[in-house]
Amino acid sequence: MEPILTVERLSVTFDRYGQGLSRTGVSAIRELSLTVEPGRVTAVVGESGSGKSLLAHAIFHLLPGNARMEGTIFYDGAPLTARRAAELRGREISLIPQGVTYLDPMMKIGGQLRRGRRDVAARTRCREALERYGLGPEVEEMYPFELSGGMARRVLIASAVMDAPRLIVADEPTPGLDARAAKRILGHFRELAEEGAGVLFITHDLELACAAAHKILVFQEGRRVDEVPARCFQTGEGLTHPYSAALWRAMPRNWPEV
Amino acid sequence: MKHRLKFTARKLVRIALLLLGVSLAAFLLMDASPLDPLQTNVGQAALGSMSQEQAARLEEYWGMNTPPAERYLNWLRDALRGDFGTSLLYRRPVLEVIGQRISNSLGMLVCAWVLSGVLGVALGVLAGTRRGRWPDRLIRGGCLVVSSTPSFWLALLLLMIFSVWLKVLPIGFSAPVGTETAAVTLGERLRHALLPALTLSVTGAANIALHTREKVADVLDSDYILFARARGEAHIVCRHVLRGVALPALTLQFASVGELIGGSVLAEQVFSFPGLGQAAVAAGLGSDMPLLLGITVVTAALVFGGSLVADLLYGVVDPRIRRGEAKI
Ligand SMILES: Nc1ncnc2c1ncn2[C@@H]1O[C@H](COP(=O)(O)OP(=O)(O)O)[C@@H](O)[C@H]1O
Ligand SMILES: [Mg+2]
Repeated sequence: MEPILTVERLSVTFDRYGQGLSRTGVSAIRELSLTVEPGRVTAVVGESGSGKSLLAHAIFHLLPGNARMEGTIFYDGAPLTARRAAELRGREISLIPQGVTYLDPMMKIGGQLRRGRRDVAARTRCREALERYGLGPEVEEMYPFELSGGMARRVLIASAVMDAPRLIVADEPTPGLDARAAKRILGHFRELAEEGAGVLFITHDLELACAAAHKILVFQEGRRVDEVPARCFQTGEGLTHPYSAALWRAMPRNWPEV
Repeated sequence: MKHRLKFTARKLVRIALLLLGVSLAAFLLMDASPLDPLQTNVGQAALGSMSQEQAARLEEYWGMNTPPAERYLNWLRDALRGDFGTSLLYRRPVLEVIGQRISNSLGMLVCAWVLSGVLGVALGVLAGTRRGRWPDRLIRGGCLVVSSTPSFWLALLLLMIFSVWLKVLPIGFSAPVGTETAAVTLGERLRHALLPALTLSVTGAANIALHTREKVADVLDSDYILFARARGEAHIVCRHVLRGVALPALTLQFASVGELIGGSVLAEQVFSFPGLGQAAVAAGLGSDMPLLLGITVVTAALVFGGSLVADLLYGVVDPRIRRGEAKI
């Protein structure tokens, strides 16, 4: 299957200014390659600080000003340049960010989801997107601080599906949710994939990745150390790297009996 | 709503206490001043030609022989009833003098206040959205220079440029010399108020611009701007940055009333502008206790009122406070 997204040898480095004029590059992502196929959920698993959010932001060409990016990203067969990304953002590629801090605290939810459009079509789509995740129209009139953690997550997902995207990048969409709510959200991702979108699901929770993804990439300190079908983590077979084997052993169900 | 009323009531009580403290402090300072009100207000010659008896009667009349505590309490009792006494310098009721001075200053102060706010926010947003590039460096450099320049020096500089060299603006006063008050046109008043207003607003605008720039930079670095971009939003500045900057700018604007009034004392002195600030200086130097206390209380009330308005507006503008309260 033709991938919708291909990342080739992506590196992200930060300039650090040391004493005097010395400048050193601190690399946060090193030579990372991955593919996301349409209709499938690809999970990236890595611990906190391993560069997962940077990967997500790099795909959207939204890295912080002091970051430098190397490597190539292909979207739908053509290079995803900064200009092309700017055109596709919010139309074909959607980000589901990490938390409620990604919503403007001074603006009502409805206004944020509609992005300034006031026409009937936009209103309808906004209402439908919220409805799809069990949120009533009253949520449109709320400010972010009035949402519970679970509602905020669902609002963020709703904002991603407003425009029927072909690629969805979800950056840790489940922390703070209880197991049932998390399962439901994973179900949503599967559903989005079944509708034909490619989903890149970023998480630090291997268990969740196994439950939701078709394919799992293990990420350590900005490098991809393993790429396996999700079922490998059921049995522990096919894991090539000691780090992913250690991750597997750390899963509660694989704890040795005592 | 109930919450807000309680909040306002608490603030008002605080302001009343602060006014009491400020008036007491001003009274004590004036009382400790070595200037003799008799000498400064009657004049050397008149005092010399006065008989011992006359002088003693004047002292009695001005209450110079009453103990300070009693004098303050007398003043306070009258002030609470709305009688701020009679100015020694102008021989008219203090409130009348203040009213007239305020009517001179007010237009100028309001102009300066509005101008500094608008200019400051506009420059701050411009600099913040072009961080590190030349508009930013230019604006930041300019603001740093202006805010580290004493305002009286700035006033003199403007005076020299516009009044002495270019001769386009009057050198001082609030109206042309030798014209009857009734005959002064609005245009002439504006021309006379322009330089002091400009002095005050330039200093104020520099501060507001620097603060606004920092806030704009913070907002632009925030998560929610990144997400707005990720959703392909256009008009990020109008939709999100201005919204995020509005609150701190508003607070700053109302908090700047104090600096503005403080600055007006010097600026009015330089431009011989017969406003409240100049009257304050005259009252201080002339040992005009009733007038000085009156001015102190009125300006302090303006300053505290400004910060009260800022607090209340915060509650109106910030949904977190407005909605949060409604739930309590
Ligand atoms: N603006 C930045 N400047 C310097 N270093 C940064 C910046 N943003 C992120 N980093 C570094 O990049 C690394 C990866 O961050 P991030 O992608 O947020 O991790 P994760 O999402 O996996 O928890 C972290 O070690 C962090 O310190
Ligand atoms: Mg992260």
